[in-house]
Amino acid sequence: MANEVVLLDTWVSSFGMRVRIALAEKGIKYEYKEEDLRNKSDLLLKMNPVHKKIPVLIHNGKPVCESLIIVQYIDEVWNDSSPLLPADPYQRAQARFWADFIDAKVQSVTRRVWTTKGEEQEAAKKEYFETFKILEGELGDKPYFGGETFGFVDIALVTLYSWFYVYESFGNFSMEAEFPKIMTWVKRCMQKESVAKTLPDQKKVYGLVVDLRKKLGLD
Amino acid sequence: MAEELKVFRTWSSPFALRVVWALQLKGVPFETIYEDLSNKSSLLLQYNPIYKKVPVLVHNGKPLAESLVILEYIEETWKQTPLLPQDPFERATARFWARFGDDKVLPSIWNVFIKQGKEQEEAMVTAQGSLKYLEEELRGKKFFSGEKIGLVDLAFGWIANLVDVFEEVKGVTLIDHENHPLLLAWKQNFMDAPIIKESWPSRDKLITKYHAMLEAYTAKEAAAK
Repeated sequence: MANEVVLLDTWVSSFGMRVRIALAEKGIKYEYKEEDLRNKSDLLLKMNPVHKKIPVLIHNGKPVCESLIIVQYIDEVWNDSSPLLPADPYQRAQARFWADFIDAKVQSVTRRVWTTKGEEQEAAKKEYFETFKILEGELGDKPYFGGETFGFVDIALVTLYSWFYVYESFGNFSMEAEFPKIMTWVKRCMQKESVAKTLPDQKKVYGLVVDLRKKLGLD
Repeated sequence: MAEELKVFRTWSSPFALRVVWALQLKGVPFETIYEDLSNKSSLLLQYNPIYKKVPVLVHNGKPLAESLVILEYIEETWKQTPLLPQDPFERATARFWARFGDDKVLPSIWNVFIKQGKEQEEAMVTAQGSLKYLEEELRGKKFFSGEKIGLVDLAFGWIANLVDVFEEVKGVTLIDHENHPLLLAWKQNFMDAPIIKESWPSRDKLITKYHAMLEAYTAKEAAAK
């Protein structure tokens, strides 16, 4: 049976980028469909009726939703090369724990860093800093979060790099100054074609956010 | 080396109960350590420094936290009585519903229980929306996982015993025969299943606990105004 892979996504989504990196790592050919989230396609609403969100991977007509679940699915189906999760069950569990941490703690605070002001923003920044400090601790001196090879946790976090300029500009801080180990790790990840070709330019993301802030009445 | 397996839990934590069920269903022996969350042991803090919560599983000295992560580890380590299907698409679907439960169903039902007035009304609308998906998901199935109990059922296990505790303490109806006949049937099947039925925490103790929690929260909110 032909392998038909479609990805519903938006270019700027750090969640969607995770899926694109995974697909690139595995060398999977797919059709990319850019969604307009203010005017969601019938296909998106049909394929993700519960959340109505991107990314959605449609494999031979069947939808898989939630970016980390999609990445695991990709790893399990295309399991003949470039493993994204470790083979050892304990290492796998650690990878799932940290990817989950990134969603629970990092993704939840970043929006507040660029959409709030004053005390609220200071609180968001404090949380953001604490979270990245924990991540730097977990990375340690390893080349990647998973150890010697690029994997699940790296994929979960590196997509935020395209948004760093947004957080730095509106939060008024420097990632390089605050988290040099993270930035070294980012540069290492960006050497990989799958990452470099997937992540949009930081300035492009910033431009979109400037427009978005005006629409949200923040500027 | 002898297998050393410990589970850190509290008597009431629904998340820890998932881990207990998974190990018991697979017939894996383990040692239980009960924590007092108002006075956490140094071991718990050492094993789960990030969240400082239960459950924690310690296997041959190596700790794991977060119940859904632990369930997948248990599934991969002890292969008898599988809790997840083999097919990747079905596995992805199971993971989706487990996350939906924790990210959407649980918070909205919790808010129906703990909040008042308009906040509670809005939470009820969200909760009913979520429960509708669960009802649909059970169509043609005895358990969320099919004929046998699986990971999704364990993830939703708290619905079987805690929801009616919330309903009784708060005086509200969340799940009813008219709107959720399948969910009520699932609840009965799950409550009565072997192994599952032996490990429910005492309902009376839960009523007392959540009654006290609701009172304390309500008083705190009133004082804050």
